[in-house]
Amino acid sequence: MTTKPKISFKKEVRLSGSGGQGLLTVGLILAEAATSEGLNVTQTQSYGAASRGGSSRADVIISNQPIYYPEATRFDALVALTQESCDKFLPSLGENGILIVDTVFVKNYNVTDQKVFALPFTMIAMEQLGSALPTNILALSFLVYATEIVSEKALKAAITNFKPQFAESNLKAMKLAKKLVAEYDLPMQE
Amino acid sequence: MEKTDKAVLMQGNEAIARGAVDAGINFFAGYPITPSTEITEFMSRELTKRGGVFLQMEDEIASIAAIIGASLAGAKSMTATSGPGISLMAEGIGYAKMIEQPCVVVNVMRGGPSTGLPTQPSQADIQQSRWASHGDAPAIVLYPASVLECYELTIRAVNLAEKYRTCVILLSDAMLGHMREPITMPDLNNVQIIDRIKPTIPPEWYKHYPDNPKYRAPLASFGDGYRFHVTGLAHDALGFPTTRPDEIKIMAERLNNKILQNHKDLVQVEIFGDEDARVAIFAAGITARAAKAAIKTAQQHGKKMLLVRPLTIWPFPDEAVTKYLSDKRMIIIPELSQGQLSHEVKRVLGVSKKTRRIVELQKVTGELISPEEILNSSREAH
Repeated sequence: MTTKPKISFKKEVRLSGSGGQGLLTVGLILAEAATSEGLNVTQTQSYGAASRGGSSRADVIISNQPIYYPEATRFDALVALTQESCDKFLPSLGENGILIVDTVFVKNYNVTDQKVFALPFTMIAMEQLGSALPTNILALSFLVYATEIVSEKALKAAITNFKPQFAESNLKAMKLAKKLVAEYDLPMQE
Repeated sequence: MEKTDKAVLMQGNEAIARGAVDAGINFFAGYPITPSTEITEFMSRELTKRGGVFLQMEDEIASIAAIIGASLAGAKSMTATSGPGISLMAEGIGYAKMIEQPCVVVNVMRGGPSTGLPTQPSQADIQQSRWASHGDAPAIVLYPASVLECYELTIRAVNLAEKYRTCVILLSDAMLGHMREPITMPDLNNVQIIDRIKPTIPPEWYKHYPDNPKYRAPLASFGDGYRFHVTGLAHDALGFPTTRPDEIKIMAERLNNKILQNHKDLVQVEIFGDEDARVAIFAAGITARAAKAAIKTAQQHGKKMLLVRPLTIWPFPDEAVTKYLSDKRMIIIPELSQGQLSHEVKRVLGVSKKTRRIVELQKVTGELISPEEILNSSREAH
């Protein structure tokens, strides 16, 4: 049995980009991982009428308290896979929040005190995993290793259970994310 | 679904479909439409496994006709759609009410009118759910606010349809329908499932529409050996068309009274927050979640607020509105429509006056109303 921390906590994550980048999928995987840890979760989404293109986002709120309002309003973490989504949502990133951007698509981001992880995720996926498809899993796993918002074990189980036919390549993406986080040099903070 | 104490992550639409199956729905006909499609998809997968029937129809008119027909043959039947589909089903909903045949229609609300905002939430079908069809007939309409409640109220909708021999509408919205939350599935042994009462009298005594003061009339199905006639025309106790005022009166009063006189059984309201607060919120469905978040924040700052949330939209909870809201100094009514809920609250309480302000907080842009917006509305009262 896992022991829950006695202090109340609530983490709000927004995963954003354009339709077809798999953001709703990773929102679901993160929510599954948090559910398996016995936490309260809400996962909501917003997307346009088209299955590809247009803006798309998934919100995941994780807490050990009841969650009333299901949309993320002040993000603890923001993943932006397009410039448009980064521009739109960065102003709502919390003071101590972290920003993860795919530099293949996101060129400009001005943060104040927040931590930024900027990597060409799509390029890395193509070069090291042979396809751009697992970019979403790569970015999600990076988020999880960088923030420990859910445990590695819970993430692994959620990825494995999600469409088993893709589990092998998705787990490779997860492994690669661990390496990327370990090697990432955060710019010195004041 | 297998009983497990472990919470499972579930989408609102899936919870509705699981609730339907657990309530005994064994016939589903529908035409997929965003944001309700997952219900239809789930039923197409699961219903046939359980010996039920799933039909994808050519449109929504055919869908409502199919579920009414299946119900006449003894099935517990349901369809699911969104605003544009409900508009097409309006005639059929009125027909089901007129012939007093149980069925359930789910409306996962999206922005309208017309094609509107297919992927975005709305609460603008509140009045339509009451008045969809022409003619006089009250409605039973339920509206959950969480994934667990999607499951529970679907079971309740099926039960009420069977109990009161009518078409019950279950409302949801695009946000709730696609939202996922962990839920612990209730033990089905503890869940009440209501089936229609079958007649046991000799066939020659059977009246399809008896004048029963308790309005729980036995209902024969086609093939049971009982003779009855079914028509959308005004009809007598055997179901045959009539223009006799005395017979029409009995029929029309029954349609009305079976719902109005069972108000207590039908109306469910949640009270959340501080009953002695001077500021209250009246909100339903997904918007009530913002209201709860606002109340929690207000309480952290030492301020009191009350939420009155109808789980039953129709019949409208007049008594609860009078009981909990009459003495409030300010009543905030946030809703994703241009006044469909506030219209009812004002009908019950009267409009704003010096001692009471009614604040209407309305949004029809496809976005939710946030807790901050509710708190901002409340600020001047504190």
